[in-house]
Amino acid sequence: MTLDGGWYLTLAAVLFTIGAVGLLVRRNVLVMFMCVELMLNAVNLTFVTFARMLDDIGGQALVFFVLVVAAAEVVVGLGIIVSIFRRRGGTTADDLHLLKG
Amino acid sequence: MLDVAYLIPALPLAGFVVLVCLGRRAGDPGAGWVATSAIGLAFLSSFIAYVQLLGKDGEARAVVKPIFTWIRAGGFEVEAGLLVDQLSLTMALFVTGVGTLIHLYSIGYMKGDERFPRFFVYLNLFAFSMLVLVLGDSFLLTFLGWEGVGACSYLLVSFWFERNSAASAGKKAFVVNRVGDFGFMLAMFLVFATFGTLDYQGVLSRVDVLTATTATAIALLLFVGACGKSAQLPLFVWLPDAMEGPTPVSALIHAATMVTAGVYLMARVSPILALSEEALTVIAVVGALTAFFAATVACAQNDIKRVLAYSTVSQLGYMFLAVGSGAYVAAVFHMVTHAFFKALLFLGAGSVIHGLHDQQDMKHMGALRRLMPVTAVTFIIGWLAIAGVPPFAGFWSKDDILLAAYDKSPLLWGVGVVTALLTAYYMSRQVFLVFYGGERWRKAPTAGAHAGGGGAAHDAKHADDAGTGGHGAHGDAPHEGPWVMTLPLVVLASLAALGGLLNLPFGESARLEHWLEPVFGEALRHVEASSAHKQALAAAAGGAALVGIAIAYGIFIRGRRTTAFEPPVLQRAWGIDALYSALIEKPGHALSTFAARVVDARVIDGAVNGVASLVRAGGGQLRKVQTGYVRNYALGVAFGATVLLGLVVMRAGA
Repeated sequence: MTLDGGWYLTLAAVLFTIGAVGLLVRRNVLVMFMCVELMLNAVNLTFVTFARMLDDIGGQALVFFVLVVAAAEVVVGLGIIVSIFRRRGGTTADDLHLLKG
Repeated sequence: MLDVAYLIPALPLAGFVVLVCLGRRAGDPGAGWVATSAIGLAFLSSFIAYVQLLGKDGEARAVVKPIFTWIRAGGFEVEAGLLVDQLSLTMALFVTGVGTLIHLYSIGYMKGDERFPRFFVYLNLFAFSMLVLVLGDSFLLTFLGWEGVGACSYLLVSFWFERNSAASAGKKAFVVNRVGDFGFMLAMFLVFATFGTLDYQGVLSRVDVLTATTATAIALLLFVGACGKSAQLPLFVWLPDAMEGPTPVSALIHAATMVTAGVYLMARVSPILALSEEALTVIAVVGALTAFFAATVACAQNDIKRVLAYSTVSQLGYMFLAVGSGAYVAAVFHMVTHAFFKALLFLGAGSVIHGLHDQQDMKHMGALRRLMPVTAVTFIIGWLAIAGVPPFAGFWSKDDILLAAYDKSPLLWGVGVVTALLTAYYMSRQVFLVFYGGERWRKAPTAGAHAGGGGAAHDAKHADDAGTGGHGAHGDAPHEGPWVMTLPLVVLASLAALGGLLNLPFGESARLEHWLEPVFGEALRHVEASSAHKQALAAAAGGAALVGIAIAYGIFIRGRRTTAFEPPVLQRAWGIDALYSALIEKPGHALSTFAARVVDARVIDGAVNGVASLVRAGGGQLRKVQTGYVRNYALGVAFGATVLLGLVVMRAGA
């Protein structure tokens, strides 16, 4: 049994929305970070789906790039989060508003 | 041919440049001798040019010597060149001639002044400017010289700028002249708009294309310029104040040369004036009124130089009366004789001031003829010349003018004769007060501490204050100056006595008239009158002079009085200065205060500050966007992305 491409796209949209809303409403930096990952993977799912539907390998190839970049980003991001945690003893995003105008 | 003409302005210019570079090293009196020889050689060059012109026919004596193309801008082209003709050469001759004598005199007069070399720098620059003025071949070049002499006049009037009065007198001279210059400039615009050129020969040979209205406008605008430079009503106020300058300056600039520039300009444009009877009448009336007005004021002045200053204004009025009557030759004739006798009188006055250690109040002079014989004799000759006693120079030139004025209107002639009487009176008053009567200078207050009538101008920083030995202490007897001061007096006195020979009204002796006739041509009005008629007019003028002298004799010699007929209104020059102060200075001051306190502080500063605070307030509002909360930025990004996506979708759908 094969599922219609639309289901995959719907799932991707739902995941993306959950990620986006989570990013906006949560205060914990770590959770926000995971939400970003969720959005990235939702997009990856879209790429793969379209690659299958349109029979174009380009979409699948692009996913690898996204994964690589996401991996690098996770390393940097987690490093920053850890160092913030060390300095401040917490990772609430709203405590970090030094750039307030 | 006539290349020597280039040397006439070039020599004073060279003297100026040399003195600017080396004046300090040449010092006192070296700088004076450099300047004097520069202008002396210019006189020699003028004389050679004169002899060369004599070798030509009357009509061919106007020669243009080009120098270079000065301005070339589109259709506007001005060639700088020298126009050598009978008129400009006459001017050049007496400017350099009288100028040389006054330069020589200045060596003695300015001796010991700390800025001695600078004085001669200015004098040579002035001589150069004046020669550019008279020899320029276009309105624009004349204007250049016109402004040059104005600048030099400013520099020399306020030469002793440590004194407040001298500094402000210089400014006054400059500002009042600016009013006149404005008229001159407008006239040039009009000339260029009409003829497309500013060249004298190009304009004056085609005056027949002018309409009467344009001719009147040009003539009157030029006359406004002439009024400023030649101190006519209503712009004469700067000249009496200009007496703050050193006395040789008064003699050279404010009596003999610069102030006659206006008359020269009128004579130069005589073909234009000839087209407008209205303009001529205006000029004649203004001239006659100025002559009378200034003569009345001169009667009440106590400062020896101020009397001469008002006298100069009055004599210039005579010249304009002559111009207005179409008697250009008489105007030039009077200009020349006036340069002789007025320079003489000023230099004589300077000699008296020098001898009395800066005493300028005539009420503190008297009986100087025994102590200063050369000055006294020469001054008396100058007095007889200006008073119009035959056979001295002034009689002949004034008689020419009055004859022409009578032809124009007997009323103008009447004003002229009354003025002649007043002239004789105030000059006699001066001579009697200074050289006759009791020795009032012995108990005179210290010079400079005393202010004479009408805000007298004192040469308080006179050269001798520097103490050149011999007359350091005040109170020693008045004395004659060195030979460099007396020699010019003697030469000028001979010229003042014999100057009438230039243009005697007897047939072939009218040399100046024959010489100048080709310049004026049609514009020159010939008076047709019987010789009996002429003699009666001349007798009336001579009689007026004698009556004036007799009145003064009765009051000051017989009556032994020192004060007569000096109402305050005349001492204050009919209150014209006060009137200008009330009409122009006060509102001008109020307007400036308004501009400074209100317009500048509120409007201009307000606009600048308003823009600044607007930006500041806007920035203050905008900074609130930067909350520092990541979620807000993320929302912004999400919103932006949504909008972009929406746009793309709509584009795709359309």
